[in-house]
Amino acid sequence: MSGNSKKKLLLMGRSGSGKSSMRSIIFSNYSAFDTRRLGATIDVEHSHLRFLGNMTLNLWDCGGQDVFMDNYFTNQKDHIFKMVEVLIHVFDVESKEVSKDIDVFVKSLKQLKQFSPNAKIFVLLHKMDLVQIDRREELFDIMMNKLKETSKVYGFDIVGFPTSIWDESLYKAWSSIVCSLIPNMNQYEENLTNLQKIIEAQEIILFEKTTFLVICSSNSGQLISSTNNNFEKLDPKRYEKISNIMKNFKQSSTKLKSQFHQLNLNNNLFIMELSSNLMIFVVLPFDANNNSGLIQENIKHAKKYFQ
Amino acid sequence: MEQPQIIAEPSNDPERATILLMGLRRGGKSSICKVVFHNMQPLDTLYLESTSKPTTEHYSSLIDLAVMELPGQLNYFEPSYDSEKLFQSVGALVYVIDSQDEYLNALTNLAMIIEYAYKVNPEIHIEVLIHKVDGLSEDFRLDTQRDIMQRIGDELLDLGIEGVQVSFHLTSIFDHSIYEAFSRIVQKLIYELPSLENLLDNLVQHSKIEKSFLFDINSKIYVATDSSPVDLQTYEVCAEFIDVTVDLNDLYENKISNQPLKCSSVLQNGYILTFHTMIRGLALVALIKDSDVDTTMAVVDYNVEIFNKALKEIWKRSILS
Repeated sequence: MSGNSKKKLLLMGRSGSGKSSMRSIIFSNYSAFDTRRLGATIDVEHSHLRFLGNMTLNLWDCGGQDVFMDNYFTNQKDHIFKMVEVLIHVFDVESKEVSKDIDVFVKSLKQLKQFSPNAKIFVLLHKMDLVQIDRREELFDIMMNKLKETSKVYGFDIVGFPTSIWDESLYKAWSSIVCSLIPNMNQYEENLTNLQKIIEAQEIILFEKTTFLVICSSNSGQLISSTNNNFEKLDPKRYEKISNIMKNFKQSSTKLKSQFHQLNLNNNLFIMELSSNLMIFVVLPFDANNNSGLIQENIKHAKKYFQ
Repeated sequence: MEQPQIIAEPSNDPERATILLMGLRRGGKSSICKVVFHNMQPLDTLYLESTSKPTTEHYSSLIDLAVMELPGQLNYFEPSYDSEKLFQSVGALVYVIDSQDEYLNALTNLAMIIEYAYKVNPEIHIEVLIHKVDGLSEDFRLDTQRDIMQRIGDELLDLGIEGVQVSFHLTSIFDHSIYEAFSRIVQKLIYELPSLENLLDNLVQHSKIEKSFLFDINSKIYVATDSSPVDLQTYEVCAEFIDVTVDLNDLYENKISNQPLKCSSVLQNGYILTFHTMIRGLALVALIKDSDVDTTMAVVDYNVEIFNKALKEIWKRSILS
């Protein structure tokens, strides 16, 4: 990978919407339960996260109390909204003052249009677990339509996700956000598809090592619509679920004062290190008689294409 | 919401292993009941059909958890005739003390129950759950436990029954401690388990295994473990490893082949976690300390296969007899 890339991500939203909880779960190995002890964020909390080696995510977690908020839009506006790559705006679905929430969103869009018009906008409807299951989709659609309308005025195209810290939806959202920042995505995908052909795998997924966010998968592109109907039976949410499962396992392995290294399930499913910041997840067809040594050797040789 | 289950009839079989869950109001009995009952189901069926070698174990369920509500205000409690019958039929009496509440009342109450139960049934296991410790700090937990143990000892001394064995467990339903406590309680009630433990000891000695658990997959209560001391951390990691294996397998499950699961994971400091499905919803989870993965796993796989055969043998004989 080349290029020194420092990406500025703004994490905004009104107070109590769960911004710091998200950050702690994805980047600091908190469990959903642990986030209860997080206090209010004062002003802006910066964190620098190294991601995939030479990409640095500069996450600005902006405290959401009105006092701070007003400050962002007046005194600090050029400081906050300059050179922004990504705005992640978090909405609390349980919020009583929806119009005020949207108002704040509009204000930040206004600033972005002025200071960084090329920013990508992501909207997370957070705390979805508090809504009844049958009403979630409807609520999400209503909210997204409204938000899309408002953001169109400022010339931004927005992408939205329903999220909750209690299930895997959080990983889906953050995977898409982070993936949108990776420059040489095509090369990763191409290499992965080649590797899949060589070892005749059912599926290969690439994960970032520390956060276990999905980088890409061998079936993400055109392959999924091809004749192989085997994939249609698979769980569409499997990537996020794997992230979730593996993140939990990573945490439990810290109890043995160690870190996860590799896993082999039934000689069909392998998870191992590919480089210092990538994990590879390989699933082989279940009817085949697989040799785990052979697979490991193949993956070892694949390593140089993913450095 | 506490929903006391009323036992219509204590049971005709006096040897039936029953756990009686007692405690003051709002101690958390019903929650424990739900957690454990919910998880108990597969274990029940296991003992109904599989390794039921001892003939005395033909129950409709392994553990009957009857919740007996005790009024919190009354400091004088005298069980009626029915409860005498009840105490005779139970194998273990689990008394739940809310550690976040004022527990002096509960202790007096407990001493009285112990005195009575011991008179009726000297064989009874008395287990005290110092419950809801999730809200207490680490130091305070031990202080509380020491205080409670001391006070109970004094009370029993006053009543002149200092010979009773009382076990204490620090529990919370929000972590693995309640499973750990119940694992220990259940194990005490199945006298035939030493044969399983012996098998595990044999396995451990010959395969460089540091610790092994025979789990019920769905409940995560361990049915047996080898004789080395159980460390709660190890137990938690092993229990969570079951989730990892089962969940990952579910995602790519092939419905046709129903082959037994086998999973191994290597950690960076050379620990290996292994998972092998055994008969009837049981799984063997082991923690191995070795750096050479391939040769170790070959030996372990082979030995585990033998262990599994032994389990099958026990099960087959129990059907025949």
